[in-house]
Amino acid sequence: MRFLNRSVGRLSRHRRGPVAGLVLLLLGLLVSGGLYAGLAPASADETRTDAELIAEGRELFLVSCAFCHGQNGEGLETLNGNILGPSLVGVGAAAVDFQVGTGRMPMAQPGAQAPTKPEELDEDETEAVAAFVASLGPGPAVPSPEDYSLDGLDDEEREQAIVRGGQIFLTNCTACHNFNGKGGAMPRGGAAPDLSNTTPEHIYEAMLTGPGQMDSFSNGNLSPEEKRDVIAYLMNLREQPNYGGFTLGGLGPVSEGLFAWLGGIGALVAFAVWIAAHTTRSSKKKGETA
Amino acid sequence: MTDSHDTLPVPADRPIDDPGLPEHAWRPTDVDPAAEKRAERQVAGLFGLSMVCAVLFVVAYFSLDIGDNHTTFLGMGASTLALGAALGGTLLFFGIGIIQWARKLMGDHEIIEMRHPARSSDEDRAATLEALNLGLEESGIGRRKLVLFGIGGAGFFMLAPAVVLLRDLGPTPNQVAESGVEGAGLERTIWTKGMRVVRDVVGTPIRPADVEIGDLFNAEPAAIFEVDEEGHPLIEGVELQVAKSKGAVVLIRMDPEDNNPGPGRENWDVDGILCYSKICTHVGCPISLNERKTHHLLCPCHQSTFDLADAAKVVFGPAARPLPQLPLAVDEEGYLVAQSDFTEPVGPSYWERDSQADTSKIPGEGDSA
Amino acid sequence: MSIDTSKVATSNSSAAIAKKPGRAGAVAEWADDRLGLATAMKKNLRKVFPDHWSFMLGEIALWSFVVLLLSGVFLTLWFNPSMGEVQYNGSYDALRGIHMSEAYASSLKLSFDVRGGLLMRQMHHWAAMIFIASMMIHLLRVYFTGAHRKPRELNWVIGCLLLLLGTLEGFTGYSLPDDLLSGTGIRAADGFMKSMPVVGSYMSFFLFGGEFPGESIIPRLYTVHVLLIPGLLLALIAAHMLLLVYHKHTQWAGPGRTEENVVGFPMLPVYAAKAGGFFFIVFGVIALMGGLLTLNPVWLYGPYDPSKVTAGSQPDWYMGWPDGALRIMPGLETHLFGHTLSWNVFLPIIVLPGLMFTILLLLPFVESWITGDKRDHHLLQRPRNAPTRTATMVALMTFYGLMWAAGGNDIIAILLDLSINQITYFMRVAVFVGPVIAFIITRRWCISLQRKDEEVLLHGYETGVIMRSPEGGYSERHLPVSESRAYTLTARDRDPDVTAPESTVDANGLEDPSSGRLSGLRQRLRTLMYADNVQPPTRQELEAAHHHADHDADHHADHHADHELESRDRDALPGGH
Repeated sequence: MRFLNRSVGRLSRHRRGPVAGLVLLLLGLLVSGGLYAGLAPASADETRTDAELIAEGRELFLVSCAFCHGQNGEGLETLNGNILGPSLVGVGAAAVDFQVGTGRMPMAQPGAQAPTKPEELDEDETEAVAAFVASLGPGPAVPSPEDYSLDGLDDEEREQAIVRGGQIFLTNCTACHNFNGKGGAMPRGGAAPDLSNTTPEHIYEAMLTGPGQMDSFSNGNLSPEEKRDVIAYLMNLREQPNYGGFTLGGLGPVSEGLFAWLGGIGALVAFAVWIAAHTTRSSKKKGETA
Repeated sequence: MTDSHDTLPVPADRPIDDPGLPEHAWRPTDVDPAAEKRAERQVAGLFGLSMVCAVLFVVAYFSLDIGDNHTTFLGMGASTLALGAALGGTLLFFGIGIIQWARKLMGDHEIIEMRHPARSSDEDRAATLEALNLGLEESGIGRRKLVLFGIGGAGFFMLAPAVVLLRDLGPTPNQVAESGVEGAGLERTIWTKGMRVVRDVVGTPIRPADVEIGDLFNAEPAAIFEVDEEGHPLIEGVELQVAKSKGAVVLIRMDPEDNNPGPGRENWDVDGILCYSKICTHVGCPISLNERKTHHLLCPCHQSTFDLADAAKVVFGPAARPLPQLPLAVDEEGYLVAQSDFTEPVGPSYWERDSQADTSKIPGEGDSA
Repeated sequence: MSIDTSKVATSNSSAAIAKKPGRAGAVAEWADDRLGLATAMKKNLRKVFPDHWSFMLGEIALWSFVVLLLSGVFLTLWFNPSMGEVQYNGSYDALRGIHMSEAYASSLKLSFDVRGGLLMRQMHHWAAMIFIASMMIHLLRVYFTGAHRKPRELNWVIGCLLLLLGTLEGFTGYSLPDDLLSGTGIRAADGFMKSMPVVGSYMSFFLFGGEFPGESIIPRLYTVHVLLIPGLLLALIAAHMLLLVYHKHTQWAGPGRTEENVVGFPMLPVYAAKAGGFFFIVFGVIALMGGLLTLNPVWLYGPYDPSKVTAGSQPDWYMGWPDGALRIMPGLETHLFGHTLSWNVFLPIIVLPGLMFTILLLLPFVESWITGDKRDHHLLQRPRNAPTRTATMVALMTFYGLMWAAGGNDIIAILLDLSINQITYFMRVAVFVGPVIAFIITRRWCISLQRKDEEVLLHGYETGVIMRSPEGGYSERHLPVSESRAYTLTARDRDPDVTAPESTVDANGLEDPSSGRLSGLRQRLRTLMYADNVQPPTRQELEAAHHHADHDADHHADHHADHELESRDRDALPGGH
C-alpha cells in the first residue's frame, strides 16, 4: 500500500525506489564498458578486446551508418552541396551513445531533425559503434554514472546541488525545453524534445555534445558539477509530487485555457441545461386516484 | 422619437393565432404521494452527502500534511486534492440538492407577468421635463453665459490637481538617465569598457578557450556578481534587476568563416566568439533559443528569429531591428571583456529612440583617435 | 387548450395577502415596520423569470465573481505584495536559499505552508478564467438572440465594460505572484507601453516608478487588483442586474408568450432556489478544478529574473488573441528624425484591442441605425432569423479564434508537428480571409435554415414513412406540425421590404431609410441585412398549402395512419421550449 506516502516532500529524506538502484547498476555496467572503449584509442597498448570491439563497431557502422556518414565517418555531401551526414571525426563516443541509444540514429530518412524511435542497435552494438567512432578522433567519452549522480554528497550538499541545478536549468535550458522540461517549438518545424523520460546519461551526453540543432554546453560552458546539478534538478522534478493535482501536460497557459473552456465552461453549461430542462410529466391530473 | 409613443409594438399580423399557454401538466411528484416521498428522501440524501463531505474536509485538513512532510496520493499533493474534492463535494451536493428540490417538489406553475414599456408615462415625462426646465430656468444657466463658461472652465481646471498629483509616480526617462547611477536610463546599460563577461548564475569569468564552436553561454556583466570585503553583493534589489534586465547577453562561438559581421564590426568578435544582447528588440523577452547549425536565435514569446551569423538581423517574426551586439575583447589575464557598452539602446523600441544612428561606432574610440 | 392568463396572474398575487402571517410573516412585518420594504418587495418576490438554459450563462459569470471575491479575500491574508528581496527559507526544497521578492515568497508560502492555500490559489485562478469565459458566452447568447436591441442597449454597454474590466483584472492578477511567467508578462507590457508614440516611455517610467522592473509595479498592480477594479466591477454588476430587473428578462416566442408579457417561474421560491443552487454548483465545480487540476505551478517557474525565460511563455487565454496578433504582425518600424515608431507593437496590442472593443460596444447602435428599428423588443430572435447579424458575429468570432490560435502557435506546432513559421504565414492571410468566408457561409446557412422552417410550415415535417404509389413511385409522407409549433415558428416579425423603398414610416413603424446624410450606405447595408431573408408565410399561403396537403392526403388514403402520426406529433412537440 504505497498510495499514501509520507515524507516525500523533503529532499533529505528522499530515497530511491529499489528499481532505481538496479537501473543504476545496469547502467553502470553498460556504461563502464562504453567508457573504456571510448578512452581506448588514447591508450598506448590496445588490448585485443578493444580492437575486436572497434572491428565489430566498424562492421555495424558500414551497415547502418556509412550510407550517410561515409565509410570512414568522414561525412558525405549531396550533389547540390547539402550535407547528407556530417563528419563523425572527433564527435566522440558520447555523441554515438546519445544518437544511437535514443533511437535517433540511424535515421529512417534524411531530415532536419532526427526523431526518437525504438533503438535499432542493442546496447552491445551501440557500444561497439561508439568505440569505432571514438577511434576516428578524440572526442567526449560516454560519461560514467559518477558524473551525474549525487552519491557521496550529504543531505545539505544534495539540496544545494538541486537548487543550483534549478537555477542553471532555468537560465540555460527552459528557453527551449520549457519550465517543466516538456519541450517547445523551434524555427521551421523543429522542436526541443520533452525531457520527461530521457535517462540522466543521455541528458548529460546531450549537454556535452549538442545533438542536432541544440547548442553544446561543453565543460568550459557548464562544468561537470553544473551538468550533474542540472540532472539532479530534473530528477527531482520527476520525483517530487504534483502538488496541485493533474498537470494538464505541463505546457503552461495554453493547455490551462483549453481546460477552463472544455472542462469548466463545458461542465457548467451542462449543469445549466439540466437545471432549465423540464422534468418528467405525468399523464395524470392532481387529485386523480392513483 | 416623438412619433413612437407606444413603444410596445402592436402585435404584428401573425399568420397563426396565438393558441395560448398549454395546459399545465403535472409531475409524478405532484400526483403520486410515493414519488413525492421518494423525491423528498432523495433531496434530503443529497444534503446529507453534502454534510459528509464537509466533515471529510475537516478531517483532510487536519490529517494530511503539507510543507516539509507533504503527504502524497498517487504522486500528487494529497492535501490539495482531498480538500478540493471534499469542498467540491460539499458545495455540489448542496447545490444539486436545492435544484432537485426546486425541480421535483416546489410548485412549478408557470406564471405570467405583464410588461410595461421602459419609458415613463407621458404625464410623468411631461412633469419631469417641466421640473427640469423650471430648475434650469431658475438657475439662469441658459441666460448667464459668463457663469456657464466660468463653471465649465473651473470644472476643467479641477482636473489639473488630479493629473499633477500623479506626477510623482516615477521619474522621467531623462531624470533617470541623468541620475548618475551606473548604466541608468534607456540608452545605457551597466556594461563598460573592460568589464568581464561572466557565466550567468555562477558568475565566473570566461576564457576564449572555454568556448567551443557550437557552445551557447548565457552570460552577464561581471558587475552584478561583485561583492564587498564582507561578501555582500555591491548591487542588489532593484538595481540588480534593472542591470540584469538590460545587461543579459548570449555568447556563442562559430567558425569565423560562417560569420558575416556588420559593417564596422569586423573587430567585435574574438576568434568567432560573438556576444549579443539577450533582450528581444520586439517587446523585451530574454531570448536564448539558439539553433546551433543555422545560428538562428528564436524568441519564445513572439517567435522573432535573429541570424547571429549575420549581425543578428531579423529573419522571421514581428521584431523590426537586429539584436544589439556587444563588442568583445580579451583582457590582460586572458578573459573575455566588453570593448564598451552597447552602441545602441537594448530592448524594445520607444518614441525617443534614434534608430538611424550609426551603431558601429564604439564610444570613446573616436575621442582617442 | 388555452387558459385565461389574466386569471393566473391575479390568483398569484392575491394568494399572498389572504393568509395570516406565520413566523416568516412576523419577521417580515418587524422588518417592514423599520425599513418599509414591502412596497418594493410586493412586486419583486414573485417576479417572473423565464426558464431556459441559455439564460443562465450570465449567472455563471456572476457566481464565479462571487467565488473570486471569497477566495481572493483568503489569499490577501497571506499574500505580501512587495518587491523587497528576501532569501527563501520555506518548505519547497528546490528553491531554498534563492533570493526572491516577498510577493513570490508569499505565493510559495501560500502554496506550501498554508493548508488549503494552494487549493484557494488554484480556485481563484480557475474562477478568473471561467469568469471571463462565461462573460463571453453570455455576450454571444445575447447578441445571437437579439437581446441587445432596444430597450437593452445600455445594458449591452455595461456588459462590454464588465468584459474589459474583467480582462484587466485578470491581467493584473496574473502579474502579482512575480514568478517567471508573470514577470515576463509585465516585461512585455512594458514593451507595449513604450511603443506608444510620444508618451510611451514616460508612461512606462511612471507606472514602474523608474526603469523596468523597479520596485513599485507589484504593489501598484495589487491596489488596482484588489480595490480599484473590483469596486468598479461590483458597481457595474449592480447596475447590470438592476437594469435586468427593470426591463424584465427577454423570452423565446411561443404559445402564450408575447412581447407584452413574460412567462416563467416566480422569483420565490423556484427561481431563487435554482439561482441559489447554481451558485453552489459553480462554486463546487471550481473547487473540484482547484483541487484536481494544476494551474500556474509558480514553484516550477521560479522567481522572476529578467534574464530568464521559458518556452511556452503565454498569457492567460483571454489575453491570447492580442498576443496572437503580436506574433503574426510583420516587423514594421518607422525611423524618422531621431524617433522610432514601432508599428509591429503599437498596431496589434494598442490599436487593435481598442478597435475591437469599440466595434463590440457599437454593435447594437450600428444595427438600429441600419434597420431604423426603434421599437422595444422582448421576444428573442432565433439566430437564423437574423442571418446577417448572426454572420457578423460569427465573422468576429472567426477573427478572434484565428488570432487566438496564432497566440498558441508554438504549442500547436509541437502538438501537431507543424512549423511555427508556416502557421504564422498561414495566419497572416487567414485572419483577413477567414472572417469573410465565415460571414458568407453563416449567412447562407441561416437562410437555408429559414427555408427549412418555411418548408416545415407549408409542407409539414418528414415522417420517415415511405409511401409507394400505385404507379410504383416512392415518396416520403409529410404531415403538418402541431399548432403550437407552427405558431412558434411563425411568431416573428416580417422583415421590411427593402426592394421597394417606401415613404417615411412603413407598416411596421420603421423609419424611412432614405433620409439622412449616409442614406446610400445605409440603404445598401439595409439591403444586405434583409434582402435574402425568408419571410414567414402569410395566412393565405399557409391555408393554400394546407388545402393542397389535405388534397394530397386524400389522394394517398390511409387516414388511420395519418391520425396516429398526428397525435404523436402533438405529444412530441409541445412547442415553446
